[in-house]
Amino acid sequence: MNTPTLAVGVCLTGEHALELAEFAAACGIDTAFVHLLVEEGLLRPAVEQPAWRFGGEELARVRRIRRLQRDFEANLQSVAVMLDLIDEIERLRAQLQRSGIAAS
Amino acid sequence: MEFKDYYQVLGVERTASDDEIKKAFRRLARRHHPDINKAADAAARMQELNEAYEVLRDPEKRAAYDQVGRGARGGEPFRPPPGWDSGFEFSGGPGESGDAADHSAFFEALFGAARRGAARGRPGPGFDPGHSGRGQDHHAKIVVPLEDSFHGATRQITLHSPEMDASGTVALHERVLQVGIPKGIRAGQQIRLAGQGSAGFGAGPRGDLYLEVEFAPHERWRVDGRDLYFTLKVAPWEAALGAAVNVPTPEGTVEMNVPAGSQTGRKLRLRGRGLPGDPPGDFYVLLQVVLPPARDEPARAAYRRMAQDLAFDPRATQGADA
Repeated sequence: MNTPTLAVGVCLTGEHALELAEFAAACGIDTAFVHLLVEEGLLRPAVEQPAWRFGGEELARVRRIRRLQRDFEANLQSVAVMLDLIDEIERLRAQLQRSGIAAS
Repeated sequence: MEFKDYYQVLGVERTASDDEIKKAFRRLARRHHPDINKAADAAARMQELNEAYEVLRDPEKRAAYDQVGRGARGGEPFRPPPGWDSGFEFSGGPGESGDAADHSAFFEALFGAARRGAARGRPGPGFDPGHSGRGQDHHAKIVVPLEDSFHGATRQITLHSPEMDASGTVALHERVLQVGIPKGIRAGQQIRLAGQGSAGFGAGPRGDLYLEVEFAPHERWRVDGRDLYFTLKVAPWEAALGAAVNVPTPEGTVEMNVPAGSQTGRKLRLRGRGLPGDPPGDFYVLLQVVLPPARDEPARAAYRRMAQDLAFDPRATQGADA
């Protein structure tokens, strides 16, 4: 019953990055909300020209936004502050990690 | 299936007011939120908190839960009595609370039927005989060795998700998938497997499965985006006089020149030797000068000779008197 199924996947990057409508569907939000997130500076498309395209990092970011909104009943401005702080922590962690100071 | 004590999860009494429940949830959410807390079990803990709060904040669900849970304790084997929910009507429709995958089998057994019932055309709120809808997407993480990005690989993953069979029983369903990891993949990217999510409702298509890629820590190299970092240990004379040294890169050993006059912390770059891609990442070498131990007399003599011959004051610019 548990024979492995071969599943063919695509990595959501480059030519497989998602167009606006696909991306919104994958995030479980409507395209107007994607526009709002971009306008408010919480999200940047992976590709901006000729048309917006979004990759896996953006998908993870919108899922994070949704989690923060839901779990803290936070408005977009509060979420934006949280995202900025999280980004900063991740940047510093990456810096430590590059220099070999932090193990993970 | 184990009984879940939602009151215990939130650390409140069974008689707690709505306000106390809300405060307890918020306090614990701030502490355990996976976007803030880097502990490995933070996501699982938050899922538990969300589930508990979803039930206890809703008067209908809380009443139903109290009804079945009378006398039960967390962790005990649990089976909901047949038709237990007949006296309750849940106002939420399908998809009310996001991912089905975010809920435990216990939750699905109690409240999943009401959600799905509405979607499958069982008489209930939002009843629509012709209704069909796309199944929910699932999201999971996959941890792969860094080497998978160098060459590409096929990995076997096992997924557990609560699913309901035709008789309405919820069981933890195990699926084994073989997934191709494309060459050049980076941490944080997502692999989408179409049709590997939840089954659709009615004639609706299955949802998709998204796998977020993460690298297992590597004993040699550190990763940042598409770049690799390596700390290269060098002897003082190699750093001072310059040397050709061998550096292990993913594509094999590369000979690299350490320029004369190098110090610890100097960063050297091997262009295009990072993760494959278009463009490929770079490989950074961080120099670390290691002093030979002065354990025996010849070594100590060598250090004394250096002290005499070199007029060297490492603190010359630090303002301390020599």
